[in-house]
Amino acid sequence: MRSIYFLHIFLIYFCFGSIILEARELSIKQIEERKQADLKRLKEREKRGNKKFSKEITLSTKLIFLSMERKTPPVLSNLDPILDDEGFYGVKLAIEDNLTTGRFVGHDYKAEFHRILLNENLKSEFQKLLDQGNKFFIVDLNEKELKTLFETSNSEEIVIFNVRSKADSLRNENCKKNLLHVPPSYSMLSDALTQYLVKKKWNKWFLVTGPDENDRKYADALKKSAKKFNIKIKKEKVWDFSADLRRTAGKEVPIFTKGEKYDVLVVADEKGEFGEYLTYRTWDPRPIVGTQGLTPTSWHRTHEQWGATQMQNRFRRESGRWMTEVDYHAWTAVRSIGEAITRTSSNDVKDVRKYLLGEKFGLGAYKGVKVSFRSWNGQMRQPILLAAPRSMVSVSPQEGYIHPDSELDTMGKDQPESTCKF
Amino acid sequence: MIRFIFCLLFIFSAKISFANLAYITNEKDNTVSVIDIKKNKVIKTVEVGQRPRGIIMSKDGKLVLICASDDDRVEVREAKTLKLKYYLPSGPDPELFILSPDDETLYIANEDDAMVTVVDMNDKMIIDDIPVGVEPEGMGLTNDGKVLVNTSETTNMAHFIDTGTLDILENVLVDARPRVAMFTPNDKEVWVSAEIGGTVKVINPSTKEVTHTIGFEIPGVNEESIQPVGVRHTNDGKYTFVALGPANRIAVIDQKSKELIKYLLVGQRVWQLAFTPDQKTLLTTNGVSNDVSIIDVEKLKVKKSVKVGRFPWGVVISPES
Repeated sequence: MRSIYFLHIFLIYFCFGSIILEARELSIKQIEERKQADLKRLKEREKRGNKKFSKEITLSTKLIFLSMERKTPPVLSNLDPILDDEGFYGVKLAIEDNLTTGRFVGHDYKAEFHRILLNENLKSEFQKLLDQGNKFFIVDLNEKELKTLFETSNSEEIVIFNVRSKADSLRNENCKKNLLHVPPSYSMLSDALTQYLVKKKWNKWFLVTGPDENDRKYADALKKSAKKFNIKIKKEKVWDFSADLRRTAGKEVPIFTKGEKYDVLVVADEKGEFGEYLTYRTWDPRPIVGTQGLTPTSWHRTHEQWGATQMQNRFRRESGRWMTEVDYHAWTAVRSIGEAITRTSSNDVKDVRKYLLGEKFGLGAYKGVKVSFRSWNGQMRQPILLAAPRSMVSVSPQEGYIHPDSELDTMGKDQPESTCKF
Repeated sequence: MIRFIFCLLFIFSAKISFANLAYITNEKDNTVSVIDIKKNKVIKTVEVGQRPRGIIMSKDGKLVLICASDDDRVEVREAKTLKLKYYLPSGPDPELFILSPDDETLYIANEDDAMVTVVDMNDKMIIDDIPVGVEPEGMGLTNDGKVLVNTSETTNMAHFIDTGTLDILENVLVDARPRVAMFTPNDKEVWVSAEIGGTVKVINPSTKEVTHTIGFEIPGVNEESIQPVGVRHTNDGKYTFVALGPANRIAVIDQKSKELIKYLLVGQRVWQLAFTPDQKTLLTTNGVSNDVSIIDVEKLKVKKSVKVGRFPWGVVISPES
């Protein structure tokens, strides 16, 4: 009798439970519960005594995470909070991961967080850090700021990981021997997107570019991809309306997009000043791709394949928010350093850099295949996600794009096209 | 109404005979498919907890244990009917696990939390958590159950654990994203597959040294899509089978010389493997093509594939009854 009663409870739980718990991702409540359970178990374990396996520390490595305070831009969307801690939790999680490995091999890691304030000078602050003898830098800076880092002295005996800038110039004419790039470049992103559009046979584009310098760079990359993959750009327009579109988009966008025959509207608007308002308002019914709509990206909250669920859960448990691209880049950079130090048993800058750019290096970074660095320009080769706001649409490289070394090198500038000279 | 259907399902399922059954967890469907191996046919599909992955059976074949990863617990079901008997506590996100030879102790890899959780099967209580590397997954035990090997996917290590003291004895660095650890039948070697590294490392458990690194090359298949996961040895010491993930192939390796014998083409993204008790048949779970390939071990040929649910993950086959 009791077992029938139990079965009923189970069934009731099942019927209702499955409705509530349908979502694959954990709710904040579940994450809280896990946190509590973790804490409880941690306390219990402490009571029993610490049995952690640890080796004597033989190698200590300090990393510097450098970011800038930024003026808050005018809020255009009240949906997404403006973050001022991007990268922080990525570094924190990766340091924890490195420490876990380090515990077993006797390696210690530390990260110092430096935020350059609005009234401080980046160059002189960076020089101070160099003078203190720091060697490994994870930097959340834009293209211009990154360039100023190389105006300092002694910048050769260090390794800098770029975790924000996607500018192609940094990977080509302005490349540096000791500057590694985790974010995919604009040309990698545009190739990833274009490969998919070619597969869909959406070969006629209407390209809309925003007013920013970065938007222009993105659009340049898109134009080069179009040429590479034989796409026709039927029309090109620059969006230079400064008005807040939230009330007027219904009137402006149809006229703006009228009169052309195209398959897909391609947008370059990194800040999201107008791109979001194009959807459902174009003259003809056309999908939106680029910085809005279907977006090529290195990380997205809809990503759950290849163990990404674990990463998303761990990150959300740690930070209480979703992982951003910069967070992912920071995690990958710190883990790359950790992997190189673990494998070479050395934290000498030259050894680490050589290992990272060598053929042996490969890191599992939740992308299904290993990620590694291109030896000719320090760019991380990686699969690129094509994400819609609430679903993962595809992952590039697309099937059929082949390459003698790595199919990942079908995206972005390959060795023969690269103008980088170390 | 739903409850009524469930009850019907249970009544119906009770009538099915019990011999040569394979149980497959379908990760995205929250179900277990049961295949009658003689008939090569799915004879029933049963709803289980959220995101079922690892699945094992007790030595007597009476219990089926399932890691319900998103429910953070292990389900224990009666093998005959797949009726839920009770839950076992586990840490968060249990993925793979292994029972001690006496069925008394369960070792669970908790992927979200860098712990191997040890559960007493009688008390149904957690005895201890052993801190290991990040994202622990593979679990291998010696025949006497004295040494446990756990692999950690992000730390890239095989952790050797003394099951008597629950202390870590040694940590061996392997290639990127180790997924499965499997002792050879004579316990003289443990084979560890590395999904991203694309290799299988053979470790000598007494010296804890890597003795062989097995790589794979398949003409016409991109190196990056060769991702070794499941490993199974035949008891006669002849063959080792390695599932190669999105390369859609099983590598057949000479267990002694470590040389490759041949590749068998199976379904898409093949991960886990299981033998029938007589080791004449091997089953593979093919996550992307949503089917199970059935391999004739003597002829080294794929006999058939059987459609199951979405994203088949784990597989276990009942012992001879």
